[in-house]
Order: sequence, then C-alpha cells, then structure tokens
Amino acid sequence: MHFKTLSLGIAIGLLASTASFAAVDTKRLPPKEEKFSFEGPFGTYDRGSLQRGYQVYKEVCAACHSAGHLAFHNLTEKGGPEFTEAQAKALATAAKVPAEPNDKGETTDDKGVPLLRSATLADHLPSPFPNEAAARANNSGALPPDLSMIVKAREGGPQYVYSILTGFHGKTPTGFKVTEGKYFNPYFEGWNISMPPPLAANSVTYSDGTKATVEQEAHDVVTFLSWASEPKMEERKQLGFGVLIFLVALAGILFAAYRRVWKDAH
Amino acid sequence: MSGPSTYTPKSGIEKWIDARLPLPRLMHDTMQTFPTPRNLNIWYTFGGILTFCLAVQIVTGVVLAMHYVANAGLAFDSVEAIMRDVNYGWLIRYVHANGASMFFIAVYIHMFRGLYYGSYKAPRELIWIIGVLIYLLMMAAAFFGYVLVWGQMSFWGATVITNLFSAIPVVGTHIATWLWGDFAVGDATLNRFFSLHYLVPFIIAAVVGLHIWALHVPGNNNPLGIDVKTPQDTVPFHPYYTVKDAFYLVLFVIVFAVFVFYAPNFFGNPDNYQQANPLVTPPDIVPEWYLLPFYAMLRSIPNKLAGVIVMGGAIVTLVFIPWLDTSRVRSCRFRPTMKWLFWFFAISCVILGYCGSQPVDKAFAGIPLVWIARLTTLYYFGFFWVLMPIIGLIETPKKLPASIAQSVLGDSAATPAE
Repeated sequence: MHFKTLSLGIAIGLLASTASFAAVDTKRLPPKEEKFSFEGPFGTYDRGSLQRGYQVYKEVCAACHSAGHLAFHNLTEKGGPEFTEAQAKALATAAKVPAEPNDKGETTDDKGVPLLRSATLADHLPSPFPNEAAARANNSGALPPDLSMIVKAREGGPQYVYSILTGFHGKTPTGFKVTEGKYFNPYFEGWNISMPPPLAANSVTYSDGTKATVEQEAHDVVTFLSWASEPKMEERKQLGFGVLIFLVALAGILFAAYRRVWKDAH
Repeated sequence: MSGPSTYTPKSGIEKWIDARLPLPRLMHDTMQTFPTPRNLNIWYTFGGILTFCLAVQIVTGVVLAMHYVANAGLAFDSVEAIMRDVNYGWLIRYVHANGASMFFIAVYIHMFRGLYYGSYKAPRELIWIIGVLIYLLMMAAAFFGYVLVWGQMSFWGATVITNLFSAIPVVGTHIATWLWGDFAVGDATLNRFFSLHYLVPFIIAAVVGLHIWALHVPGNNNPLGIDVKTPQDTVPFHPYYTVKDAFYLVLFVIVFAVFVFYAPNFFGNPDNYQQANPLVTPPDIVPEWYLLPFYAMLRSIPNKLAGVIVMGGAIVTLVFIPWLDTSRVRSCRFRPTMKWLFWFFAISCVILGYCGSQPVDKAFAGIPLVWIARLTTLYYFGFFWVLMPIIGLIETPKKLPASIAQSVLGDSAATPAE
C-alpha cells in the first residue's frame, strides 16, 4: 500500500470519525504533570509504591489485562518491588495457571473445564482470558492491551497512563456525545475509551495504611507498570554512572597525552 | 598500502613473516608512519569513530543473534526476553539500537565534512564514491535491523518501504512479491531480512577496507584543501593522530553512553514496543530519524513513481558530485559563495528531516509542510546540479596559503618541527 493512499485513508477515517461532533476537536489533552520517583538520572522506583502498585494491578487491572512478560520471580528481583521469596511464592501459589496435561493426557476435567494448577516462581503472570477472541467477547469487542510494556509503548509514558487512569468523570463538553458503550476520557485520542473507569477510592485496601485515593492508586500502579516496562532501569542508571566516570577520566588522560604529543607540532 | 614502504623488519621472525605475508609491513605503513597532514581538525576524527561504530554494531549484533528468534510469532517476545532474561541483554540491545543512531550521526558529520572541504575532488573521487556505497549499505542494514524488532513501526515501515518497489511500471508488484517471499510482509520477509541484516555489515566492513585503501593512495585531504608538498606538511599517523582520534573517540563514546544509560529510547518510537499487527495501521508511519529527509522528499511528490525516482535520485546524485563541482579550489574556507550555499544545504537537509517527521497535513506558520519539503527538495537538487557547476566557474576563491606547514607554523615553517 502506498503511504499517500494510506495517509489519505487515515485522514478520511479521522474526518469520518469526527464528522458527527464537528464542533469539538477530540485531540487528546496533554498528559497531567505527575511527578514520579524514578525520573531523572538518579531516580529509583519507590519500593512501597511498587508493592502497592502490584496490589492494584492484581486486584483491579488483572481482571481484564495481562502482563505476560512478567514472571513471579521478577517480583523478588533487585530494582523491582523486592518482595521476599516467601512473599512471591505465596503470591504465585494463590494464582492459578493452566495445568500441563495430566498422566492421562487430559487438560480438562470430565465436564470440560480446563485443569488449573498453582503458579510457581518460574511462571509468568496468568492472563485473564485464554485468547484474544475471549478477551474481546468479554469486553464488548475491545481488546484490553497487555500491560507489561504499556508505559514504554505510549507517547507520554507514565504521565500518559496516569492521566488515563485519573482522567474519567470530567464534565463532558457541550457538543461532544459519548459513544454508546464507551466512556469519556479527554486524555485518550478521540475521547471515547472502551475501558470503564477502573479505579475508585478504596478499590484496594493497602496493608501499609496508605490512604487509597484514586490518585494514590493510579500513582502506585503506574510506578509498578513503569518497572514492568523497564525492570533493569536502576541497574542501568547505576552502571551508567560508573561508565561515565570511567570515560571522563579516560578522556582526561587522553587529553593530557594529546596535548603532550602535539606540543611542538602546532 | 601504497607508496614506498619505510618498514624494516627487526627480528628474524619479522623478516620471515615479511617475506611471506607482509601484513606487519602493511600495518606499519598505514597506521604508524603514514604521512598525515598536520592540520586535520576535529571533523577528521570521524573516520576512526565510524570504524569503531561498525565494530560495536558487529560485536553486539553477533551476541544479539545468539538470543534472537527470526520468526514472526516469536521475534517480538525474543527481543523482550533479551531485555529481561539475558545477562546484560538490556545493555547489549540498547548499545546496538542506539549504536545505529550514533553510526548515522557520525556518518552524516563525516559526509558533510567531505562536502565542505572538497574531499571528493580529484584525486579522491573513488574514496567518495565508495563512501556513498557504504552509506547505501548502511541504510539497507539499518532498515533490515529495524524490521527485526517486529514491532508496529518495524512492520509498517517495512510495508511502506518495500511497497515503493511496486511503483516500478509493469514488474513492480512482482518485484514486491519477490522481495516479501509472500503476498505481504510476513514471516518469510522477516527471515530473509534477518539473513541480510547479518550479511550486510560484513560487506560494509569489506567496502570500508576499499575506502581506506583508496584513502591511502593520495592521503588525507585537509581543511585547507591544498596538496601536501613537503614532509613538513605532514606528521606520522602514530602517535599524532592515534592519540587525537582516541581522545575524540572517547568524547563521542561519552555522548553514546549518555543515550544508552539515560535515554535509551530517545531515538525510538513508542509504537515499536507494540507487537507487529497487520490488522492495525498506526496513525503515523515514521521511519527512523536518519531516513527522514528522503522520506520527506518521497511524500512531497504527488506521483508515487516520481516520488521514488526523486528519492533514489537524491542518493544517486551524490555519486556525481566529483564532476559536478567545477571549482579549482577544494576547501569551502576559500570559497566565499560556496560556503554559504553549503550551509543553506545543510539547513535544508535538517528542514527536510523535520518535514519527514511530521504528519503529512501539518503546516508551519501557515505554510503547508508539503510545500516546504518541495522547496527544500528543489534546493537539494539545485545545489548539486545547478549551483555547484556554475558557482565553481564564476566564483573568485580567496588566496590559498603557500603550504600546510606555513599555515600551521607560520614563519617557523622553514625550521623542521621536532
């Protein structure tokens, strides 16, 4: 397909989708300016926020979204939520994943229900739906994206995801009508999002006593998802600091050598 | 590689080897005693930097290939496995991905330096033409590599670029099908791109060998653009340029490291962290930054075939530069008019890149970007095909210095340095 036809097609598509609300420009709003601890060259993930964020993911998001690139053992790793191995094992055991074929080669019981087993540390986080069709069927045709890399895969990163999570419940502008079965969220392109508002005050009960406001839950889960996207970030920044110190020192030595060699040559 | 050799084997072993395979002699003559103009500036360090970039890409690439799976169903996840499960996989991949961008930054500086100082002019035409070939091979390697990630931009970029061949009359669609190995970009395409992505860098390495061989015949050009006349105009490559190249290389690596460790996705597109999906077209398909000027040319021409010809012509034009430039003087330092036209050219390349990065229907200060791209495309071709031949004939160059040594050392040029 040619890019011209392509862009033209997209342009027409956009025109068509906005034609019914001609008065309103449904371009997404710039994300909110939420600050996170992991920003900047020395920023690290807030351990408490990561652990609370995992709780929000598990108790709220995981009902519809997978995070398939994460394994339970990742939850114990340095630079992550750093649950103890016992904690992570308990979390894994509580999760059910499809079982391997049993001695008779069966993967379902007599009634045809798929056999499940407890997860181990080696297992990846289970997916809420067995396949894409099942996911769409349960979400009025929309596919909840996998969240393992959502923060890296969206322009605007953590601020974008945070804005989406906290961007519901605004007053619908006059002239804009929310599509049937969709929800108004001005931080989402087109303003119509298939995801119902996922967070409410006290959606989760934090064991560390943190007050579970929508903003707090969103902040925590975005921290968790940022780690899920970039689990080696702390290691990367730390190693980078050492590498840069070495390189600057090497440059200094080489500069001295350079000056000395060229002393009489120009 | 050429010229009289100054190598004298010292030990018995060296004599034995020299009589059979004079590799030590070659290294000695090209990397140690090679007479190099004493006035080379910072912009001449990029040749060495580029060799370093190629080596980094090959070494990291070989390791990545040990863990990568060239299969449309597994490729994307295998890249993520490298990022998460392979020891220092994140580092190797980020070095390789940012390495491509650093490679192009270096090659563009190297090319603009060649243009500014007239390094393509006789007797260095072949060095320049071989360089254009390397640049073409680099673009091919980069394109193949970007597809391997098998993200959304990988897939749709591959679709747009391979579809360009379908613009060729009569046989176009057949060529596209032949390239894909299928009727669309798919598993067969991914596998052949992986094979080619592994092959091309070694071809580049070989052609770089030719590039350096050709360089060692006439020797380096220099910022004055005048020939080396006496031994006082030069210094031996080692230690003068080994130490200078090493210093600037480390400065380059510092910039490289800042990207790798602190902004590893700066040059990337977020859409490429979503797996390729033939059913969902991204709103804006954008190639990697180093191809944007050509992409802007392509998009600014309403006819597809004409667009492809213009884009290809922009690169083919580079081959003819040695004969399009009619000036007797090489360096723009002594070309008052050409100097300005050169900088306009450099700016127009940046403007083209900007136009290529923006959605097609965008405007800047009320002027549609597509028209800005058309004007700058016109300047691109006009610069080489019209201005270069004409200005070379009518321009009065400034007076050239008598020699490199005199220009660098002033009156002390008469006395030999060290």
